Formats: sequence, structure tokens, C-alpha cells
Amino acid sequence: MASGSVADQEGQVMLLGFWFSPFVKRVEWALKFKGIEYDYVEEDLTNKSTLLLTSNPIHKKVPVLIHNGNPIAESLVIIEYIDETWQQNPILPQDPYERAMARFWANFIEQKVREPAREALFSKGEQQEKKVKELKEGMEVVEGEAKAKLNDKTLFFGGGNGVGYVDIVLGWTCNWMETIEEVGGFKVLDPESQPQFHKWMANFREVPFIKPTLEPKEKLVEFFRMVRQDRLGLVANK
Amino acid sequence: MAEEEVKLFGTWVSPFSRRIEVALKLKGVQYEYIEEDLTNKSPALLNYNPVNKQIPVLVHNGKPVAESLVIMEYIDETWKHNPILPADPYERAMARFWAKYIDEKFCAAARKIVVAKGEEQKGEIDEIQQQMKNLEGELKEKKFFGGESLGFLDIAANIIIWLVVGQEALGMDQILNEEKLPVLHGWLHRLLDDAVFKECVPPKDRHLDLFKVKFGSSIASK
Repeated sequence: MASGSVADQEGQVMLLGFWFSPFVKRVEWALKFKGIEYDYVEEDLTNKSTLLLTSNPIHKKVPVLIHNGNPIAESLVIIEYIDETWQQNPILPQDPYERAMARFWANFIEQKVREPAREALFSKGEQQEKKVKELKEGMEVVEGEAKAKLNDKTLFFGGGNGVGYVDIVLGWTCNWMETIEEVGGFKVLDPESQPQFHKWMANFREVPFIKPTLEPKEKLVEFFRMVRQDRLGLVANK
Repeated sequence: MAEEEVKLFGTWVSPFSRRIEVALKLKGVQYEYIEEDLTNKSPALLNYNPVNKQIPVLVHNGKPVAESLVIMEYIDETWKHNPILPADPYERAMARFWAKYIDEKFCAAARKIVVAKGEEQKGEIDEIQQQMKNLEGELKEKKFFGGESLGFLDIAANIIIWLVVGQEALGMDQILNEEKLPVLHGWLHRLLDDAVFKECVPPKDRHLDLFKVKFGSSIASK
């Protein structure tokens, strides 16, 4: 099969996901940004489909993108695949150094913001305090990067006036961060010490293809409250 | 044409900086290597990687790139001959998926093995053997993950060697044994035989000694 040919772009695109997953949302944003038609399959967390289990036997998690029958897992891997398969509206920059910077920041966001946020959500007491501290430190670095890169003319990390890879990878903070704060019972977002980040969030939320996809906070809070109780209940019983 | 200046900040025993050495050598890129002392990091390193303050850092014509897999992609995109990643987007996705798997799952399990004891350690060993079985599924009949020659995933999987040395230093039974993991076992031998790759592993004796000192206390307290 020739690589990058138009024929490769044809063929069914299917996305297996959960409505509440920030990882799935990233992939949807990438697909919508490129104007790619896809079939979305809502999975059941308590009853994963055979398709999901056979498409991602290693992790058994969403998102999974299935293109021409070939499954791909891991949100960042999927986004790079999408960018390389459909050339319109590039998500990553063209220049190798800029690409390296974008990938570096994506990794940073995953390891120093998203991971501590998830761990803070599903922990309590001293363990949670530790994770909230890590999360705050990560946010400080993000604010620093936002200060360095963004201004009134450059609203997004993707440069110019368009969103790019880093925006898509960071975008979950727009909805899920407040949810995690409320459910976890802590505060990380602070408009005073994070002015540039808050400007970015406000702008990101208004992007026309992003806005309709953002789940209502109340719905996310209700769901994650249930999951947190469930998880911590398990821990207490050990 | 401006002169290319390539510097690599690393340590002799880091699998992550050794990955970059392999990538640069496969591409025939001339570079200056700077050995860092992680207990006393140089001002240059802290200047080039202020966010994570870690090695490896590649500096190309004064511009720094950090994170080993990010650096490897940068090298592949900048020096286009002898590609490290495959051409096909789906195969590239598979290489990236498994490299991530190694950096997240395999590394976590390997770290746990050296500090865990008894039943818990046995559990971690089972886990890592299952992970290696999964990797075998990706390798199949191929000589290397990259096919006939070394590729992105072969380089990323160099960490397996650190597990092998670690287990030897601790006097443990072979985790990557031929009986349980014949496919990966064969691959490892081919990897260590490769002319380029074998220049980029820590000297075995020195490596063993370091691991004995670093992890050996966990045996003493058993």
C-alpha cells in the first residue's frame, strides 16, 4: 500500500470512546479540525465491547481509532497518525525544531499536569496534597510558556490565530480542570497567578469547532464524583 | 552552507542518552558528547533544559531538544537518510505506540522489580514477562522491530538490556530467558551483535558494578 496516497485517506474512520474522556475529546478535536468524517461508538465503561477489547488488547482503553480496519490506540499516537494521513489543516508545525518543541510540551502536559490532576482526583489526604502540589508546579510552567508564546495577536500555541497540537493536547483543562477541582475538593486554577493561561482557556472554549463539543460541567462533576467515590471506596476496603 | 554543530549531553549509564547515540551513529552525524554528572549538573545543561533539568539533551546549532523519543523524531526529520521510523503512517503509529509502552509500562515494572521483595517481586516479574510477550507479538518473525535493520522501536527497547544487567547484578534468575521469551531473546542477541548498537551500551563490568552498588542493598536486607 503506497503511503500518503489519496486512497489511504478513504475508507471508514471509526472512533471508540467515552463521552467523559478527555483523551477521546482530543482525538475528536483532531478529526473535526481536519474535517474528517467518522463514526463514533460510545463504549460502556462497565461492559467494554468485543471490538474495543480486540482493537486494543494491550490497554483495553479508549480512545481507539480504527481506519481501514486498522486500530490505533493512545491519544497522542492517534493524533500524529491523523496528521500524517490527512494533510489538510496541519496540526503539528512543519519545521522539525518546532515539531520537537510541540512534542516536548505535549509530553510535559501529560506527565506534569494531566497525570498529577488525575491522581489528585482519585486520592485524598496526604497523597492528594502531594499531587495537588505537583499539579500547581506544572501549571506554573504552563503559565510561563503561555506568557512567552501568547499575546493579543497569537492566541494559541499553534501560532497565528489557529489552534495546533499543543492546544489540542492541553484543551482538556478547559472543562475537566474545574470538574477535578470540584470533585476532588481542591483549588488549582487561579486567574491572578495564571492570567495568560486563563486568556488561552477563554479563547479555546470559543473556537467554533471546539465549543459545541464541551460537555456541561455539571454532567462531568456528577459522573466523576461517582467514579471518585467508587475508587476511594475500593482503597478503603483493602 | 553553515557548519552543523551537534552536541549531546548524556551519561554513560543512561539508556535514554544511549538511544540518542545510536540514532546519531546510524545517521552518520558527527557530534560532540558531553558526559554529565547528575549530582552536579553543568550550567550548560540547566540552561538548555530548564524545565526538566535532565539528560539527554541534543543541541543542534545552538537549539536544544529534550526527551529521548522527541529527540529521536527530530533526528529522523532533520537527517532524512537511513530512516529510523517507517514511511507508512500506520507502521509509524505502531512504533510510537510500543515505544510509549516501553517508556511507561516497562520502565515502571523494571523499577519495581529491583525494590520489591518476595511475592510482590514475583508479581512484578510476571508482569514484565507478560509485557515482553506482548512485545514479541509486535516483533513476530522479523530480524528487528524495524525490519532488516534497526529502527525506532529497537532503539527505544534498549532498556531491556538494563533489565538484564540489573537482574544479573541482583543474582536473580533470568527474566528474559530463552524458554519463556524465545523471540525476544533472539532479538536481543542480534541487537547486541549489531555494529552500531554495540558501541552504545555501557561497558558490562562497569554497569554490573554500578547496579550492584545501587540495588545490592535490597538483597542484603532480604
